[in-house]
Amino acid sequence: MRVLVAMSGGVDSSVAAALLVEQGHEVTGATLKLWGGPSDSGCCSVADVEDARRVAQQLGIEHHVFNLTDEFDRAVVTPYVDAHAAGRTPNPCIECNRTMKFDLLLDRADRLGFDRLATGHHARVTGATSGLWRLRRGADADKDQSYVLSMLGQGALARVLFPVGEMTKDEVRAHAARLGLRTAGKPDSQDVCFVGSTEGRHGFLSQRMALHRAEVVDVAGRPAGAVEAVELVTVGQRRGMGHGADGKRRYVTHVDVPSRRVTVGSAEDILRASVVLGASSLCWVDVPLASGARAVAQVSAHGRPVSCTVEREHPGEGAGVVVHFDTPQRPVAPGQTVALYDLAEPDAVVGAGIAA
Amino acid sequence: MPAAAPTITYLDYAATAPLRPEVAAAMAAVHASADGPLGNPTGSHPPAQRARRLLEEARDEVAAFMGRDPAVIVFTSGGTEAANLAVLGVVEVALHKQGEAVVVSSAVEHPAVRESARAAELAGADIRELPVDAAGVIDTDALARALSSRTTVVALMAANNETGVVQPVADVVDAVRSRAPQAFVFSDAVQAAPWLDLAAVAGGADMVSLSAHKLGGPVGVGALAVDQRVVLGPRQHGGGQERERRSGTQDVAGAVGLATALRLVSGDRRAAAARVATLRDRLADGLVGRVEGVHRTVPPGVDVLPGHLHVCVAGVDREELLVALGREGICVSGGSSCASGALEPSHVLAAMGVDPGLAAGALRFTLGTGTTDADVDRALSVVSGAVAALRRIV
Repeated sequence: MRVLVAMSGGVDSSVAAALLVEQGHEVTGATLKLWGGPSDSGCCSVADVEDARRVAQQLGIEHHVFNLTDEFDRAVVTPYVDAHAAGRTPNPCIECNRTMKFDLLLDRADRLGFDRLATGHHARVTGATSGLWRLRRGADADKDQSYVLSMLGQGALARVLFPVGEMTKDEVRAHAARLGLRTAGKPDSQDVCFVGSTEGRHGFLSQRMALHRAEVVDVAGRPAGAVEAVELVTVGQRRGMGHGADGKRRYVTHVDVPSRRVTVGSAEDILRASVVLGASSLCWVDVPLASGARAVAQVSAHGRPVSCTVEREHPGEGAGVVVHFDTPQRPVAPGQTVALYDLAEPDAVVGAGIAA
Repeated sequence: MPAAAPTITYLDYAATAPLRPEVAAAMAAVHASADGPLGNPTGSHPPAQRARRLLEEARDEVAAFMGRDPAVIVFTSGGTEAANLAVLGVVEVALHKQGEAVVVSSAVEHPAVRESARAAELAGADIRELPVDAAGVIDTDALARALSSRTTVVALMAANNETGVVQPVADVVDAVRSRAPQAFVFSDAVQAAPWLDLAAVAGGADMVSLSAHKLGGPVGVGALAVDQRVVLGPRQHGGGQERERRSGTQDVAGAVGLATALRLVSGDRRAAAARVATLRDRLADGLVGRVEGVHRTVPPGVDVLPGHLHVCVAGVDREELLVALGREGICVSGGSSCASGALEPSHVLAAMGVDPGLAAGALRFTLGTGTTDADVDRALSVVSGAVAALRRIV
């Protein structure tokens, strides 16, 4: 098959490309230039493009760099800033997957006559007995990235390949080392690719929006301090909240950006029985879960999956989904993705939505 | 199985011209001499003398090509270094001596000139960048109005690398001589050199640059003509070579390569220009005629280099088009790249007022001395197929 491999310059996508070449496919590598600004976080930098290009050369495949900075700014960076201004906690990596990699790039691959788009994600796609494509967790539980791919539907799943999904991270590195790929020992990039590690989220956002001081109160309304930037505070947050008069650790129970108020409480105060996923955000791998169905929810990239029941928010039009956790959980901040897995086959994604 | 390599149809001469066999032979002969090794031109023994002689003979050729005295020719590592030397070499002296410097340039200069100007600004110079019209030609009157007794250097390319549009350098020289007689005119003639008579087109300019690899010579060598009235500080310091203007052991083989390439160009320039223009026009007519939505970027009636054809293809992304064409061996260019190798939006097209949507489908074909009718036929056939495939709704 003719396969376009998205190569970030990291070891996973390097080995993904190598495996496809070994399997005899006609492979072309492409690195996306998504961010034109200064960034030292180890993804999208010129050094990464160079790494990807050199690996492509080692593998004997063509390599292209696609400038998608305008589209990335529109689809990922601007919404990221806007979400913070509205008091939401976005996941830009998920937005990038949704709009850039598995939409724009997938379409480009189609137009250029590629049969598949491959990436180095740790995930698996299988054809189920009923002929449907299913997205499953990668073989390495610690590195599983199904959460950030949970928005993919049948159309995309039919056209993507995740060659390293069956491997552990150690196996991936060993394979890279065996092939003498220069990225074999390269550390994984951790942070949002367009936020530099020195400037941090605060530095990045403060250049693009106003950040406001907010007062902090406890659940009884008594003053409990202040924060410098209410737009950077997330519900459930522990960091920076100190301890209550009772000596207990404090967590954010509520953030009110327009009123510039953060409410804090104890670990018990923040537990929630459920989370509502907005109607427009819902994606299903195949058919939507029926109201009352059982499932497994994962609320962060490497969060512990928890069993739950899902229910339509209300009978009318535009109803979202309420995810009722079997056991109360720490709050899911508005803007965060909740991925839902099949209770019977907990490695299989059934859908996802964004906390309202 | 990797795909078989396609036959190459090379239409990217403005990016680099294929090395001419005579040049390769002349350069090899420089080293493989029976007279012993090639020495360092700065030396007294026979190998050094031989190197010196070869260098100076090459300098004579370059001078003759540019219609100037050999004493004004400075060998550099290429067109970019020449531009940096011209702009910053002059600015540095002005800042030092007068405490100020003003650089006047056009909005369509090559990045080597633009970035040199930007560096000059960081060093304390004032920069005036003048707009061009929809054809990409500078407004000479506007430029004249921007001149003053404070102007240090005026940078105007002889012809644009993206569009091939020829600039009125002689008119600008006249304006500078009457309104800012103290200022120096620098003309980047890197793209113009294979096709135009530099003595006629930029003879009055104080500094003119050229680059060997655009002429069928080797990459890594160029020249800057620096009139003796120019007060220039070197950018590269060391042993004082090139009359203190550019230190470093000269690339003798490279200079011989440049000289050989220039000799080949002079010998055939008019005939080659006519031949290439005919091929280019057939390609242009064919593309506009056969492929829907192809627009010639430069309006008719504008003076353009004979090998350049710049088009905008509506409804197609140029990155995708380049991949599709490259697969079939059609070698063209989409514009300037950034450090990572990704295409950047063109400042030249923006300065010409080209609609950004249309500019997203920009393609530059540049034909040269080796281009044939078969190349044009193949390009026409492949481009129409590729554009149709990419416009297909997915």
